[in-house]
Amino acid sequence: MSKPRELNKRTLVASPYAVWVLAFTVLPLIVILQYAMTDAAGHLTFRHLFEVFSPIHVKAALFSLEIAAGCTVFCILLAYPMVIAMRHLGMKQRGFSLFIIILPMWMNFILRILAWQMILSNNGILNFLLGKIGIGPLQIANTPAAIMIGVVYDYLPYMILPIYTAIMEINEDLIEAAKDLGAGSFTVFRRVIFPLSIPGLLSGIVMVFVPSMTSFVVSDILGGGKLQLIGNVIEQEFTTGNDWHAGSGLSVSLMVFVLIGMAFTSVSKTEGKESVIW
Amino acid sequence: MIGKMKRAALVGVCVLLAAAMTGCGKKSGPAAELTVVNYGEYLDPDLLEQFEEETGIKVHYEEALTPEEMYTKYKSGAIEYDLVCSADYMMKKLIEEGELVQIDRSKLTYGSNIGDKYWKFSEAFDPGNKYTVPYFWGTLGILYDTTKVHGPVDSWDVLFNGEYAGEIVMQNSVRDSFMVALKYLGYSLNTDNEDEIREAQQLLIAQKPDVQAYLVDEARDEVVAGNATMAIVYSGEAYLGHEYNSDLAYVVPKEGSNVWLDSWGVTKHCDNMDAAMQFLDFLCREDVAMTNFEYIYYSTPNEAVIAALSEEEQADETLVPSDDATVNCEVCTQTDEAVTELMNELWKELKAE
Amino acid sequence: MVKKLKDHLARIYIGIIALILYAPIVVLIVLSFNDSRSRVTWGGFTFDWYVKLFSNRQIKEALVTTLLLALGSALIAVLVGVPGAVGIHAMKQKNYKLFMVLTNIPMLNADIVTGIALMLWFVHFIPLGFGSILLAHITFNIPYVILSVMPRLQQMNVSIYEATRDLGAGPVYSFFKIILPQLSGGIISGFFMAFTMSMDDFVITYFTKGAGVNTLSTMIYGEIRKGIKPEMYALSTLIFLIVLIILTVVNKVSGQRQKAKYHVDY
Repeated sequence: MSKPRELNKRTLVASPYAVWVLAFTVLPLIVILQYAMTDAAGHLTFRHLFEVFSPIHVKAALFSLEIAAGCTVFCILLAYPMVIAMRHLGMKQRGFSLFIIILPMWMNFILRILAWQMILSNNGILNFLLGKIGIGPLQIANTPAAIMIGVVYDYLPYMILPIYTAIMEINEDLIEAAKDLGAGSFTVFRRVIFPLSIPGLLSGIVMVFVPSMTSFVVSDILGGGKLQLIGNVIEQEFTTGNDWHAGSGLSVSLMVFVLIGMAFTSVSKTEGKESVIW
Repeated sequence: MIGKMKRAALVGVCVLLAAAMTGCGKKSGPAAELTVVNYGEYLDPDLLEQFEEETGIKVHYEEALTPEEMYTKYKSGAIEYDLVCSADYMMKKLIEEGELVQIDRSKLTYGSNIGDKYWKFSEAFDPGNKYTVPYFWGTLGILYDTTKVHGPVDSWDVLFNGEYAGEIVMQNSVRDSFMVALKYLGYSLNTDNEDEIREAQQLLIAQKPDVQAYLVDEARDEVVAGNATMAIVYSGEAYLGHEYNSDLAYVVPKEGSNVWLDSWGVTKHCDNMDAAMQFLDFLCREDVAMTNFEYIYYSTPNEAVIAALSEEEQADETLVPSDDATVNCEVCTQTDEAVTELMNELWKELKAE
Repeated sequence: MVKKLKDHLARIYIGIIALILYAPIVVLIVLSFNDSRSRVTWGGFTFDWYVKLFSNRQIKEALVTTLLLALGSALIAVLVGVPGAVGIHAMKQKNYKLFMVLTNIPMLNADIVTGIALMLWFVHFIPLGFGSILLAHITFNIPYVILSVMPRLQQMNVSIYEATRDLGAGPVYSFFKIILPQLSGGIISGFFMAFTMSMDDFVITYFTKGAGVNTLSTMIYGEIRKGIKPEMYALSTLIFLIVLIILTVVNKVSGQRQKAKYHVDY
C-alpha cells in the first residue's frame, strides 16, 4: 500500500455505520448477554452458556450445521453454472437479470413455503405430474430432502447475486486473452473466472450459511417438524418455555461458535483483499 | 318485567351516551382510546369500525400469533394493552401475576348472554369469574377422513396402536401433544406428577415413528388434501375442515380431552375502565356476537347466538359441542413453572429422537 | 456449432433454475383464482378475490406500510452501508475483522433473539410504532448491503482512485466519479436484497411494531391459523404481474440505450 495515511482518512466514512452498529447491534446484544449470564433471580451464572453442550442441543446444533453446510454447497453448485450461463448469453443488463432472480422473493416467504408444501406433499402437484408419466409417488414431504429443497430454494438468490455481481464485472478482454493463449473453457473458468469471483463467493457463503444456521420455519413446514434445529430450540425457549435466560444463553454460545468458525473465512478474506489490490 | 325495563333503559342510556360521545369526539380532540390485543383473525374487523362509530372510542388493535408471543410483548412493557384476549392458562397466569383487574360483571348489560355453563368453565382458571369474560371456546379432538379409516374412531388409541402408522398428523406444540398423551393414559392434563408426565413422554416417543408430521396451522389442510388420514385439531378447525371436504369427521375421544376457552380481561394498565367495559359489553351483544360468530365459526358461549342457529348447526359437534362430548374434558390451567420447564425439556428430547 | 450447443445448454440450465424459482409463484397465482377459501381444494375459477382485495382497507394499509418500510429501510441501509463498506475496507486488519464480525451478528442471531433484544432496547427511548420497525429493518438490512458491496471493493483497483487524487481531484469528487460507479452492481444487488429481507420479515417486525401497525407479513402470519385469505394470493399475483410488466418495458427501452453506452470495466 503506497499511502496508508490516505486510507486511514477513508475509514472515517464508516463512522455513521459504526454509530449504527453500536446503537442497534452492540447495545441490544448486551441486553441478550445480560439475560444469558443471569438466572431467573438475577444472579450471575454461566449455566446457560454451557447448556449448548447438553446432548440434545449438540444434536440440534449439528443437524443445523449439516443443513446449513449442505444448503451452502448446493447453492454454490447451482449458482456458478447459472451465472456463467447468464454471462454466456450476454445477460449483462444488470437491473433486469437481477430482477428475474429476485422477483420471486417478493412474494411472501411463508406463502412460498406453503406453496412448496403443496408441490411436494404425497398428494401434491409433483407426484401428480410424475404419476402422469408413470413414476412415483415419491415420498418427499416431511423428509430431510424436503427441508433441503426448501432451504436451497430460499437462499439460492443470496448466492447467485454476489457471484453474479463479481463475474459480470470481469472484463471480456481478459477472458479473450486467456483463450487466445490457448486456454480451454474449463481452464478459463479455473484460472480466470473463479479466482476473480472469490470475493463474491465469500459474501454469498456468509449470506447463505449464517442465516440458515438459525432458520426453522422451513424445517417445521416442509420437514413436518420431526427434526429439531437449533433455531427451533431457541425459539421454543423464548416462547413456550418462557425461559429467556436459557434462550439467550444458547443464542450467545451459538454465536460465539459460528463467529470463531468464520474467523477462518475472515482470514482468507483479508488475504484476498491484499492480493487483489496489488 | 322490571329487569326487562331496566335493560331497555340501559340500552337507551348507552345509545344516548354513545351518540353524545361520538358527537363530542368529533368536536373536541382525542376521545377515549383502547389498546386491544387478540389472536390473529379472531375478531371481524368491521366490528371494530362499528364499535368506533357507536362509541367514539378509538381502538388500537394488535394481533398476536400465540399466547406466549403476546405475553412476551406484554411483559416487556413495550405496549400497554388495556384489553387482552388469550387462552385459559395464559389468563390464569396473568391473574396470578396481578396483571388483570377485577371486572364488575353486573355492569355488563349483555353479560347474561353468556351461558352459565361457560362461566363455570372459566371458574377453572378464574374462580368467582372476577377477571375474565368468555369469548370463544371449543375442544381438542381428532379430525379424520371417514373414507380412509377402518373401524370406529372414538378413542385416542387410534393414534398410538400403530394401525395408522405414517398417516397421523400431531400438533407441533408441547402443551397439546402432552395433553393427548396424558388423557390417553387416564391422567389429568393438569398433572404435576413427574412420573405421569414422563410416562406420557415415553408414549409420545414410541409413537413418533408412526407420525407423518408435527404441524400446527397446516394440520387441518393435510387431512383436507388427503395427505394424512387423521390429525389432532381444535374443534373450530374441524368445522372448517368439514366445510372443505365433507368426508371428514371430528371426534372428541371418549377418554376425554381439553376444553379450551379464550377470554377477555382488562389489564392494570387500563385507565379508562368505562371504555373497556363498553368494549366487552359490545362483544357480548347478540347482533355483534352473531356477526363475529359468522366471521370466525368457532363455538360461541353466547346463548342468544346459539339459539338463533339452525337446527343443523346446533347439532354440529364442532360448532356446539354437546355436554356428552365434554364430560371427561378438562380446562388447561397448568401455569406451574417447574412443570412447564419439565415438559419443555421432555419435548426437546422427543424431537431429538 | 459448439457455440450453438453451448447457447442451448445455457438456456436449458437457466430454464431449470427459473422453474425452481418460479414454481411456487405459479401455484400462488393459480390459488388466487381458486373459488374456495381452502388452499388445498379447488372450487372453480373466480375473480372474486381481486374484487374483494380492492375493498379491503386493512390490506391496503398493510401494503402501504410494507412498501414504505421496505423502500425506506433499503435506502437508508444503502446510505449507511455503502460508506460503511468503503470505510471498513480501508481499515487495518484488526478493525476490519472486528467490523466484519459485528456486521454478521444481525444475520447470525435467530430472528426472535434480534426481535426481542431490539424490543427491550427500544422500550427505553422510543414508543413502538412505524419508526421502531424502520430502525429494526435498517439494522438487519445493512449487513446485506455491506456484503454485496465488499467484493467489488476488493476487486477494485485503487490506483485509479489514487491517480485522480494525484492529479488534483478532491476526495469527494474522486469518490463519486471513480469509486461509486465501480460499486454500482454491488449497490443495486444489496439494495434489492435489503428490500426483499424487509418485505419478508415477520418475527422482528412483530416484536418491534406498535398496536395497529401491520405489514403484509404480520397480516399473513395472523391468518395462518384460520387459513390464508385468498385475497393475499390475489395481491401477490398483482404485485408480481405489475413488477414484471414494468420491468419488461424498462428493459426494452434501456436495452437500446445501454448498447450505445460506454462501459468502464477497470
